[in-house]
Amino acid sequence: MVNIISTKNVNVHYGDKQAINNISLDFMKNKVTALIGPSGCGKSTFLRCLNRMNDVIEICKVEGQIYMNDTDIYSNEIEVEHLREKIGMVFQKPNPFPKSIFDNVAYGPRIHGFTDKKNEMDEIVVTALKKAGLFEEVKDRLDDLGTSLSGGQQQRLCIARAIAVKPEVILMDEPCSALDPIATSIIEELITELKESYTIIIVTHSMQQAARVSDKTAFFHLGNLIEEGDTTKIFTKPDNQKTNDYITGRFG
Amino acid sequence: MSNIKKRLSAERRFKFYGQVGVFLSLLFVSLLIIKIFSTGSGAFFRTTIETDIFFDPELMNVDQNSSDKEISRASFEKLADGVIDFNFKNLSEDEFIKIREMYTRRFDYQLRDYFLKNKEVINNTVTLEISASSDLDQIVKGNYPRNVPESQRKINDYQLTILDELTSKEKIGSTFNLWFFTNGDSRDPETAGILGAIMGSLYALMICLVFAFPIGLFASVYLEEFTKPGKMTDLIEVNINNLAAVPSIVFGLLGLGMLIGVFNMPFQVPLVGGLTLGFMTLPTIIIACRSSLRAVPPSIRHGALALGATKVQTTFHHVVPLALPGTLTGTIIGMAQALGETAPLLMVGMVAFVMEIPGGPLDPATGLPSQIYLWSESAERGFIEKTSAGIMLLLLFLIVMNLAAILIRRKVEVKW
Repeated sequence: MVNIISTKNVNVHYGDKQAINNISLDFMKNKVTALIGPSGCGKSTFLRCLNRMNDVIEICKVEGQIYMNDTDIYSNEIEVEHLREKIGMVFQKPNPFPKSIFDNVAYGPRIHGFTDKKNEMDEIVVTALKKAGLFEEVKDRLDDLGTSLSGGQQQRLCIARAIAVKPEVILMDEPCSALDPIATSIIEELITELKESYTIIIVTHSMQQAARVSDKTAFFHLGNLIEEGDTTKIFTKPDNQKTNDYITGRFG
Repeated sequence: MSNIKKRLSAERRFKFYGQVGVFLSLLFVSLLIIKIFSTGSGAFFRTTIETDIFFDPELMNVDQNSSDKEISRASFEKLADGVIDFNFKNLSEDEFIKIREMYTRRFDYQLRDYFLKNKEVINNTVTLEISASSDLDQIVKGNYPRNVPESQRKINDYQLTILDELTSKEKIGSTFNLWFFTNGDSRDPETAGILGAIMGSLYALMICLVFAFPIGLFASVYLEEFTKPGKMTDLIEVNINNLAAVPSIVFGLLGLGMLIGVFNMPFQVPLVGGLTLGFMTLPTIIIACRSSLRAVPPSIRHGALALGATKVQTTFHHVVPLALPGTLTGTIIGMAQALGETAPLLMVGMVAFVMEIPGGPLDPATGLPSQIYLWSESAERGFIEKTSAGIMLLLLFLIVMNLAAILIRRKVEVKW
């Protein structure tokens, strides 16, 4: 199996506070990797290093090497806009733009200049919506506001928006934490379908969710990577005592 | 248990204080409005004297074949005098002057304007409503007392007799004072209008908007979205907040010293007035813009950035449109504030007697508030009602602008 993203000795500081301690972790292509751990363990911070969303936070400082397809994503030659075209992101709270459903999906392709033609853009939008499993529900009201959809639909719209720019990797930061169980199960099914074409890295609070959707799991605790490996192994016979305690619900 | 009564009576007391407060403020507002309306409403009507006019070719330098230009330049002074002789027979010279004073000084202009439109009246007699002088107008409206000694009256006994005679013949009338809306300022209250001041204020506000809105918007976008928080931005923020509280006359001095003194811009023109008002409005606009930019949730910015949008794209495609309603409201309220400011106009000379209606931002002009100030300083009784009428118009414009702010906000606001 090929590693699409590999990280080496990553340290992250928020001002004086260290959030990530020397983490090295690789992500395999077309697999779902789950990052689990208790609150404040640094899993979301680590995820945001991968598409450089930490750049937005003034006091955040990232050290170490992160390679995507053997290119250092923190090198000066990399345009961060280009990187984020390759690595999409879905946030914890659905954040569709207060524009039409169509424009939400078309925004990414538009700014990256994928096409000028109306019918090609329609094609891109429809394909993305279909991949996100939302098309059937919204095909008659593409001009409605994206924000008028239900929470689960909004989150799938955000997934469609990310897919539309044809990324290789999709980062998901607790995508279901604001959703009800039914919407959650729809998204989980979607993740399983999407891994055919994309590499997915998902941060989740729910261990059941990690067990259901992921191929690989990494357990974070207090900014350290405690253990990583195949999901089945982590959840059945973890090597580390802390991991065992966490997945059996003794802390966290 | 015992203190429940105390707590409830404290609540009742508080409600009562609130009601008293609201009642008092409504009372003051209605007193103000009633006062202004009762004083000012007279300005919208003008007393007229029904007069027979014989367009005597011998008293006119023009005839029906003269061009419009010739007629516009011709003097109708003689005809006006002739009209008085025609209506009031056998006058002594003193009586003639007294009667002439009962009519507006612009008598001849009224005749000329009528003749311009009806050239066929030459050699014919028509009956026209000729405007009365302001003093007569005031006495007819009851603003001057009649039962005081002649020496304390603007209208003497002879004129009063004539007036009573005319009244009994039902020749004294009243007409809607269109001149108030179509004329520039004048020394005579009956012909003084506010259009010049309205246009002056309009040009000044246009300049103010064109100058202050883009600068304010871009400055606040830059400060809010592109700068790193630090000592420098704190310093700028404190200074902007201070500037918003600086008295407007200081901005007037800035306009006078910098625009007129250093850049040699002309005195008394709306361009300079508008720029000065712009300096004054800028901090208000920046503060309103920044707070509405700050109200845009960060998740929208993150969503756009995560798709690979640049910072500028994120800002102008998503953040600014969402902040626009607040921005526009802030701007319009700032403009309304600027409309009512007198001090800056005072400093740049936009408080002067200007008869012509300004045709552009480079023509000498006065503004609405400074026109009101000028009229309030005038000695003639007729200007008192003009002052109140001017205030009514100013209030009307303010209400319209604030309404526009609300409507635009509703229109542009994105529903979530």
